[in-house]
Amino acid sequence: MSEPEDQEGLQLPGRGFRAARGGGATARFARAEAMLLRNLVGQVAELVGGDQPLAGERPPGAQPGAGEPSGAGERPLAEGEDVVPDSRQLEAMFALSDSAMLPDDPVLARLLPDAYPDDPAAAGEFRRYTESGLRSGKVAAARTVLDTLPEGGGRVRLSVDQAQAWLRSLNDIRLALGVRLEVTEDREAMLERASQGGPQAAGLWIYDWLTLLQETLVEALW
Amino acid sequence: MSVAPVELDQPKSGEDTIPARPWVAIVWNDPVNLMSYVTYVFQQVFGYSRKKAERLMLDVHHKGKAVVAAGAREEMERDVEILHGYGLWATVRQDS
Repeated sequence: MSEPEDQEGLQLPGRGFRAARGGGATARFARAEAMLLRNLVGQVAELVGGDQPLAGERPPGAQPGAGEPSGAGERPLAEGEDVVPDSRQLEAMFALSDSAMLPDDPVLARLLPDAYPDDPAAAGEFRRYTESGLRSGKVAAARTVLDTLPEGGGRVRLSVDQAQAWLRSLNDIRLALGVRLEVTEDREAMLERASQGGPQAAGLWIYDWLTLLQETLVEALW
Repeated sequence: MSVAPVELDQPKSGEDTIPARPWVAIVWNDPVNLMSYVTYVFQQVFGYSRKKAERLMLDVHHKGKAVVAAGAREEMERDVEILHGYGLWATVRQDS
């Protein structure tokens, strides 16, 4: 685990969240910060959600409700014909996952971990029943962030529920970034690597900013 | 609804019985999750006081892992599923 550092050598924007009067939390985001955060949240949601569309991103030509096998407006059912869902629809209904395997991508493997590290059969069974729900929960949290953070930045005012979704989403992108940046508890070594400059330094700067946001948001909710 | 007949002489079983080897939910240390966040999650998920949640969090931090709940297998799986939703690295196993 980690604690926020004093960010030596890193100039961080903003001061993060503070408790809002009447509950929840509030923070101000510059336009560039909002764009960065929306981008990261969108990336992780896309990685985790696969084909689940995010808010405002309907597939081209799709109307709300269109393409769903509701039967309305389609040919009438012949008498006695049963509406038998195919296996894909059944899987969607019971939120079963195709996959019983730990994902290859290390970021996905961290976001969707094995529940039984020493028992592949039990791990696979658990995954089949939970992974789909876990993925959609993460996408829903990401959607809350995108819905409450204006593209142009500005003041964000979150209810307690929205703030908790933000916490989970911020945590997901910190986990993702942590895997990609190979974050360890050895802060000195990380700063040493970052001092070489390049993407590692920028990544660490963003990571520290996300840490500040998450830490201040926890404090605001307590 | 019906009420089962009372059988006074039967040994109690079911919810009053603690299994000899309960199942446990374990949370593992990782370098990313914040100490404050982990404490907050333990409070939210298990309804623990901040003090108890902090003690558990420190156990995870210093010992590398900690048992955060014990009980029936299904309950532990449910807890781990919720903890995964919060991004904690949690696993299930039978207590040894």
